Order: sequence, then C-alpha cells, then structure tokens
Amino acid sequence: MSDNKTSQLITDGLWYNNGIFVQMLGMCPTLAVTTSAENGLGMGLATTFVLLGANVVVSLIRNFIPSAVRIPGYIIVIAAFVTIVDLSMNAYLHDLHKVLGIFIPLIVVNCIILGRAEAFASKNGVFASAIDGIFTGLGFTLALVVLGSVRELLGSGSLFGQALLGSDFHPSLVFVLPPGAFIALGFILVGVRWINAKRDNEAA
Amino acid sequence: MSQTNQLMKSSPHVHDGDSVTNVMEAVIWALMPATAMAVMIFGWTALLVIVITTLSCLVTEHLFLKLRQRPSAIADRSAALTGILLALTLPPHAPWWMCVAGGVFAILVGKQVYGGLGYNMFNPALIARVFLLISFPAQMTAWPPVTPLFSEQSYSLGDSIAIVMTGKVGAPELADAVSSATPLGQYRTETGLGKTVQEALGGGYGGYDEVRAAGGLIGGSLGETVRCWGRWGGGYLLRKKVITWHIPVSMLAGCLVPATIFWTYDPAHFPDPTFHLLTGGLIIGAFFMATDMVTSPITSKGQIIFGLGCGLLTYLIRTWSGYPEGVSFAVVIMNAVVPLIDQYTRPRVYGHMA
Repeated sequence: MSDNKTSQLITDGLWYNNGIFVQMLGMCPTLAVTTSAENGLGMGLATTFVLLGANVVVSLIRNFIPSAVRIPGYIIVIAAFVTIVDLSMNAYLHDLHKVLGIFIPLIVVNCIILGRAEAFASKNGVFASAIDGIFTGLGFTLALVVLGSVRELLGSGSLFGQALLGSDFHPSLVFVLPPGAFIALGFILVGVRWINAKRDNEAA
Repeated sequence: MSQTNQLMKSSPHVHDGDSVTNVMEAVIWALMPATAMAVMIFGWTALLVIVITTLSCLVTEHLFLKLRQRPSAIADRSAALTGILLALTLPPHAPWWMCVAGGVFAILVGKQVYGGLGYNMFNPALIARVFLLISFPAQMTAWPPVTPLFSEQSYSLGDSIAIVMTGKVGAPELADAVSSATPLGQYRTETGLGKTVQEALGGGYGGYDEVRAAGGLIGGSLGETVRCWGRWGGGYLLRKKVITWHIPVSMLAGCLVPATIFWTYDPAHFPDPTFHLLTGGLIIGAFFMATDMVTSPITSKGQIIFGLGCGLLTYLIRTWSGYPEGVSFAVVIMNAVVPLIDQYTRPRVYGHMA
C-alpha cells in the first residue's frame, strides 16, 4: 500500500470524512454522553478501540463470510469487542463506566462502526483497515471532545473538571441538557463548514 | 395625480401601504402602555432591563446580517420588537448578562439561523425566554415585590444600576429586595402541600386580590403584571387590523373554559377562571406572543385551533406540570405544530371537485 493512500485514510478519518462532522453518524452517543469533555474523551476512546478491533477482524474474515449473513457476522464481531470494553472499563475505570452507563453497550449499534466494517474493512486489507479504524475512531473522539468541551464550558464553566471561568460566569444549564447538545452541535458544524469553505477558497 | 408617478406594476394593484416596518411599529406602539406601566411599577430596573435586552437584539441582528453579507435589517423594527417582548417576559431585576444572553439567543438561535425574519419556526422572544428559564432557573424566578417609581419603596437610579449590573439583589444595602412567590407559584406550591386554594392565596400570603392583579400591582415578570394595559394594546392592534380576534379569543377560551369546568367541579383545589385570567402572562401571551404572524397559522380556522391549543396547554402546564406558568411553553409547543395545522386547514380551492 502506498504512503499516499495511508495519509489519505488518516486525514479522511480525522477530518474530511469525519464520522460526526461530515457523515453525521453515531448521533446517539454523540448527543447523549457529551455533557463534559471527559465523558466525550472516554466514549471516543472506547469507540476507537472497538473500531480498531472490529475493522481488523472483519478484514481478516472478509473472504470467509457469505455475503447473505455478513451484517449479523459483523455485529457479533463488534459485540465481542464492546463486551471487552464494557467489562474492562467496569473493572479499571469504574467511575467513568457508571457515568456512561447504557451507552457503553450501545456502542454495538453505533452506525460508524458498522459503517466502516461494511464500507471499508470488508473490502480492504488488514493494515489499511486498522489505520482506517484508528483514525476514524480518533476523528470521532475529536468531535466528541470538542462538543463535550463546548457543553462543559457553557454548561458548568469548567473543562475536564477544572473550573475555568470565575464565579462571575453563570453556567447555562441548558447546555448540559439534551437541547443544548443539538444547539452546540449545530454551531460546531457551522464552524467546521466555515473552516472548510475558507480552505477551499484559498485553494481555488 | 401626475403622469410621472404612474409606474408599471404587477398585481395586486390596490395596496394599503402595509409593510413589515409598519406592522412592527404598530405592535411596538401597542406595547408602549404596558411597557411604560412596567417601568412605573418596577422602577428604573425595568427600564434598564428593557433597554439592555433590546440593544442586544439589535446588535446581534446587525452583526449577524453583516456576517452573512446581507443588508442590515434593524431598521424594520422586528429585532427591536423581539427585544421589547423578551424584556417583558423577564423578571424586573434580571441581571444584565441574562438580558444579553436572552437577546443574543432570541435573534441568533430563535430567528437568524432559520434564515431571518419570516423563516423562523418559533417566536424568537419566547424561545429565548424558554432558554433562559431552563438555563438560569434561579434568576428567572426571583420575583421582587413591586416598587413603583417615585414611591417610598422604589430604588434610586444608582441602586437600580447596581441591581442590574451586579445582580446583587440580596446585598445588605438592598436588603428589602426579597423575592416573593407570584400568585401562580404560590398556588402551585401550597396546593401541592395539601392546602386549598383559598388557604394558599389568603392569610399569610396576602399578595393576591383581583383588583391589584388587574392593575398589575403584584409580583411577576415585567409584562405579566401589566395585563390591563396589555389588553388595551391588544385592542389597539385589533382596531388597526394588525391581528384578528381568532387567536386571542380562542387562546383565552382554551385556558378559561377548562378552568371554569374544574373550578365548578372542585373549587377547593382549582382556582376560579378570573385567577387564571388575571395572573401570569395569559393576556400578554394571547395578544402579543401567540399572534406573531410568522409563527401562527394562516387561515382563521387554523388560528382558532392554534389558539385553543395554546390556551389548553397553558392550563395543563399551570395545573399539573413542574412549572407554575406555562404560557411561553404552550405557545412554543404550538408553534411547532403550526405547519401541521396549516396542512390540514388548507381552504378548498374555489371550483375544486372533491
């Protein structure tokens, strides 16, 4: 595989084909758990691990799975990795596990993971699939951390649990509630589009 | 008429000169008695709240349109109207940052992200009020007692600026600025504790009687307390044909009819309809909020359905929800179903065979 292709996988996963900013997949964990930057980071890294594992295994078995039952096959692979994440986090990151709660098992049905398995890993080699899994996952993590930071900053005046804005700042509770997730994500998407449009203009 | 004035124009050829600016101006004029009364009753703080909120609406509108490279539309008065309406839903001692946050939210999220005037789904002033109520519940429900301008209780201009700019409502030098429950809040809290309506509103509370309520001399947000003046403004709008009777009348009916039924059934637990009419923001909501042209249905039939829904939801929220007052939630919820109402109340085309 050429370096050119690898670097394209990296930039696509992180930015140009970002799971949240561009594909708008996996909205359920995105909107639900990003009440703080830490939650977003935890969820993002857990998903990255599952993406990596699922992409590698799906790529390995891609020639053995009959295409009629491939989706259930992928789901079983994904579910196995999610179970690993679920039990490990419960053991080693118990507090975070309690906060994320039901959304850890729900990684199974995250469309980004099934989407990468179906659209990429089932058609590409192990190395490319691993790169794709890692960077799609990191792109997802980036989006969740950005959204979580914005919501935490506006909703509780802190970042990663550290109080940043002084006592004169009045946190706006709506941003830690579900409507705030939609509003914040909308404005972040505006920002992403704006950056891309600006870059396209400069390139042209 | 001189010949040079005759331009070629497409239909409609008869035009009464109505424009966005005219309509907005008429509504602002109609709000003026209520606004002036709010300032009279609550003193300089009310004026500061209104000015800050309106200014932040205007500035946001101007900056956003500049960002979108559109001509500035602040001259059409719609942003100013949003600002005044929003200010009238705020508590009289609202701190400055809350006024600014509300003004920015109303214009930015309530209106401009949808594409500007005419495209917004929700009434910008009310969606901003809902945003503030959810975001800052403590500040949004701090109701100081009435302090009429030039009376003994009133604050000096300096104290008023201190209240609005620093938010120090409970500071020692302003110790008498304690908050008290609005009649609706009092009714909900006390009946929730098993008291009857009469016990809740009489005796120690003593803040409610119909004459004072009608005159606006009870605690509440700026526009809540000035209902008879709001009604006067509503009458002005009806006479000027800026609004029609359908929405206000059906909204009042939607709230007062169920109120009458439940009150007749059990007067100990449900307050009488005049209580619902004279407290809270029902009147100002019915005449000024629900009748927003952009966010209400087009046909008369649709407007009646819309108004009934607003009124009924107001009654349901006031009586059984977690919030004591529900006009803003009710109107915003009904705003969301306006496209559906328009869909089902589309008039039959003349000559159309079913």
